[in-house]
Amino acid sequence: MAIDGIQVLVRTVTGHEAAILESWLGLLKSGGSLQTGRIREVELQAQARTVFGQLRDALASGESDGHAAPYETLRETLADISRSRAIQGFTPTDTANFVLSLKEPILTALDAANAGDMASLVAGTRAANRLLDGLGLYTMEVFQTGREEVIGRQSQEIAELSTPVVQLWDGILALPLIGTLDSARTGVVMENLLQAIVDEEAEIAIIDITGVPTVDTLVAQHLLKAIAAARLMGADCIISGIRPQIAQTMVHLGVELNVVSKATLADAFALALRRTGRTVVRRAAPAPVAADDRR
Amino acid sequence: MPPAKIELLPIRSGDDVVRVRQATRARAIEIGLSLVDQTKIITAASELARNTLDYGGGGEVTVEVVQAGARRGVRLTFEDRGPGIPDIARALTDHYTTGGGLGLGLGGAKRLSNEFHIESTPGVGTRVVIARWK
Repeated sequence: MAIDGIQVLVRTVTGHEAAILESWLGLLKSGGSLQTGRIREVELQAQARTVFGQLRDALASGESDGHAAPYETLRETLADISRSRAIQGFTPTDTANFVLSLKEPILTALDAANAGDMASLVAGTRAANRLLDGLGLYTMEVFQTGREEVIGRQSQEIAELSTPVVQLWDGILALPLIGTLDSARTGVVMENLLQAIVDEEAEIAIIDITGVPTVDTLVAQHLLKAIAAARLMGADCIISGIRPQIAQTMVHLGVELNVVSKATLADAFALALRRTGRTVVRRAAPAPVAADDRR
Repeated sequence: MPPAKIELLPIRSGDDVVRVRQATRARAIEIGLSLVDQTKIITAASELARNTLDYGGGGEVTVEVVQAGARRGVRLTFEDRGPGIPDIARALTDHYTTGGGLGLGLGGAKRLSNEFHIESTPGVGTRVVIARWK
């Protein structure tokens, strides 16, 4: 007759509860997590007690699959712990070890409890390995997801930070674009630009592409859309910062922007001032060099 | 002549297109292409990589430095196993697009390269080879 490993495991864990928990807490204490100073001992112990209690309760159901319903609360607790560790900057090893270090005490207890019964020991060890490995992997999965959320949020922040719309003068805006213009970023750029046109009651928006390394048809299409949208809002666009090699490439590509463009942002600004009926004049000769500076 | 460096890059996402551009730029600088020629081959690479991604459903590109006598060049081979192009002449026509683009990418890439070769079998896939010589 096959021995049900999970029953052996349940018997052992319930029978040696105190010893296993104490040994686990000892291992956690000597493990790396506390040394980093990211978590206090009291907090770590509280987490360990909660997890162990929930594991024991789940085991009592006799279910061996870590994904089954009795393990729901345990998985939620582990997910919370993993997520907070991802944010606190724990290493993946530290995070996985939290659960995996429970293996050692349980295996030791299994060994002691089933000393004479080889078949039970093997079956119980298998069940413990399967269950704890599964839970360890689960914490890693959540940890990874937590990290990805952090990365996702950061890239979103970068996208917003890297597309400022600056007001150069009354009714004249500049949008300096830097880096790769993909669809997601263009969405942010366009939204910022259109909102700024409304807020500043802008007549002219200068889109400066000095910092865009490659202008291919997709970038050109994004620019055309931004220009068309700005026009619908009543603002004219000027493109500036088209470098010579970009200009040649665009001609070969056959892209036409159908919009006034200038080589530099300064030229575009001068044009914008002229269009809005302003001129910049020098009111006096440059200040003479001070006698002290001459020396 | 030692074997030139060959790089195989996957094209599965928009980020991969950026990596293709970077690899192309590195090879173009390595063989000493002028800034204009660098920009041309990089832009052509960008167009074709995006085509591979959007129309071919992803694929891969081989970026290599090639030598013919004393001349050196950068050659890129884009391959996908997508739906293929039924009418290549039409696909090369400016402003013709089956997607939402400007319809200038494929023709533009041809104009930006010294060598351009395309073969496509509907249902099997598409292979585009371009090169720019110094």
